[in-house]
Amino acid sequence: MSQVLRKSVVLSFALLASAALAQTKQVIGVSIPSADHGWTAGIVYWANQTKAELEKMYPGLSVIVKTAKDSNEQANQIQDLYTVNKINALVILPQESAPLTKPVADLKKQGVFTLVVDRALTDPTAQSAYVAGDNPGLGRVSGEYVGKTLGGKGNVVVLRGIATVIDNQRVDAFENVIKTKYPNVKILDKQYANWNRDDGFRVMQDYLTRFPKIDAVWAQDDDIAVGVLKAIQQAGRTDIKFVLGGAGMKDMVKKVMDGDKLITADVTYPPTMIRDAMRLLAKARMTNTAMAKSTIIPSVLVTKANAAEYYFPKSPF
Amino acid sequence: MAPAPRPPLLSRLGALGPLLGLLALMAVATALNPDFLTVSNLSNVLTRASFIGIIAVGATFVIVSGGIDLSVGSMAALMAGSMILIMNAAAPSLGITGSILLGMLSALLIGVGAGLLHGTAITRGRIEPFIVTLGTLGIFRSVLTYLSQGGSISLDNALSDRYSPVYYGKLLGIPIPILVFAAVALLGGLILNRTRYGRYVQAVGSNEQVARYAAVDVTRVKITTYVIQGLCVGIATLLYVPRLGSASPSTGLLWELEAIAAVIIGGTALKGGSGRIWGTVVGAVLLLSIENVLNLTSIISVYLNAAVQGVVIIIVAFLQRGRRT
Repeated sequence: MSQVLRKSVVLSFALLASAALAQTKQVIGVSIPSADHGWTAGIVYWANQTKAELEKMYPGLSVIVKTAKDSNEQANQIQDLYTVNKINALVILPQESAPLTKPVADLKKQGVFTLVVDRALTDPTAQSAYVAGDNPGLGRVSGEYVGKTLGGKGNVVVLRGIATVIDNQRVDAFENVIKTKYPNVKILDKQYANWNRDDGFRVMQDYLTRFPKIDAVWAQDDDIAVGVLKAIQQAGRTDIKFVLGGAGMKDMVKKVMDGDKLITADVTYPPTMIRDAMRLLAKARMTNTAMAKSTIIPSVLVTKANAAEYYFPKSPF
Repeated sequence: MAPAPRPPLLSRLGALGPLLGLLALMAVATALNPDFLTVSNLSNVLTRASFIGIIAVGATFVIVSGGIDLSVGSMAALMAGSMILIMNAAAPSLGITGSILLGMLSALLIGVGAGLLHGTAITRGRIEPFIVTLGTLGIFRSVLTYLSQGGSISLDNALSDRYSPVYYGKLLGIPIPILVFAAVALLGGLILNRTRYGRYVQAVGSNEQVARYAAVDVTRVKITTYVIQGLCVGIATLLYVPRLGSASPSTGLLWELEAIAAVIIGGTALKGGSGRIWGTVVGAVLLLSIENVLNLTSIISVYLNAAVQGVVIIIVAFLQRGRRT
């Protein structure tokens, strides 16, 4: 048999088989960044958990989870999900917004329902629906907590993430709350700690050298807070009343639960948002109902009172 | 073995480029913020510089011999992760101290193993060092990411408490990482400049064919440089783990570039042949000081931090070039 003939026979069998499947089954593709730091590890974990849960709940549903290390790989994957796996719906947490807008728009044009999570595309018409965490909300809730806990007066240092839109939204909202509601709280400085522990340690050490009196630290992210805590411990400083991180890392939530002296609260930006998105989509597809065009998952203040609800010991994050 | 060490600093008055750069930077830093010169700040900077510095001492050997190792950051991350897993697993049966020793030993063994692997692939497999270590850069980091499921691997609290003095402790008022850094640098300097092996390393880097004709076992010399590099990464990791007690996929990111930068700023030629350990030490301290100075002041927009670092690196390399010719 010639190569071309063999290929086309195989191809047509594959097409027939998948066409038959498609009539009886709903196939949802889930495309997410690969686990490269704590939060994305949480995303991968929850996506796989939810896949199992949903496939059990809806017998006619199949969920395919794909992880990608960069935008380019992710664009290739969603193309494959469409041509090979014949997905009817796509849940995507884009690595980056701009480069993935066109590929997602193409899929939507071909009739795939596209649900975008967390990072909005640059052209909103490419997304059929949108589920996201609340970045300005994270900054706002954090600002409220810092201002209120300090009694409206004190010195605060800020450790930012990586220079991105998300980071700007959080920090702007934080500063806005402090400026308008707590004018006597002074932000001494803000530096990038790149959402990781080593940089958190380094930047905090330098803050401790530079400022003799710091009342509170807003670390913006729990990974940064881990480094901050070690730097404070090493310097033996007792002026700092509390360190506020964010995202809801299990170790930090545990500290809140156990009544840690420095970690008195945390603000969520939960990787469980991928679970919420997948659940909403599966329900809409399987019961043939419409899903909300836009769903924002609020950032919640975790304190000792409610910490148990946000503690997931099995998650890697 | 080696004859009595002379102070390498004074014997090389001709090439003080990096040192001048460091002094200039320190003067500027002190003018911007007097806190720069406090003992606690200087000890913070030196302690931080010790990780990159120790790795860079190993990198000096590799680069002088005409090779390169791009994998050191990933290697450190993998070592840190494996070490923590091993210690956590061994703690119930071996006890705290026993498992810490086992963990430390395993990090060093991973370093030696990785060095042998690199050296063998490069010499006997005749693959470019750039390619071999670019490959392992990806392998080491993704194995760590796999082990940690993308999250972080953390040391048990009891182990962490017992182990943390290795980073936070002091001997005669000097933080231990600085002492280890000094010891590694001194030993590295002695080996590179005062032993036959050191001369072979330089000979191989300056002209491999000639070295071969002079009956130098080029293969063994090269493999050994990668093993030294692996050991140095191991030592740096032993000091790194007690700092935060955890390893994650972002551990050691871009350390290879910082280590190579330290070596080059210090006056070692990237094409191999000659190099100075003390220059590497100054290079590492200089690199870490720039970061510290930028954190201690807020004159320049934080967006431009990396740009300032780049400018200082290029200026120092330029000073260096002026002195050498």
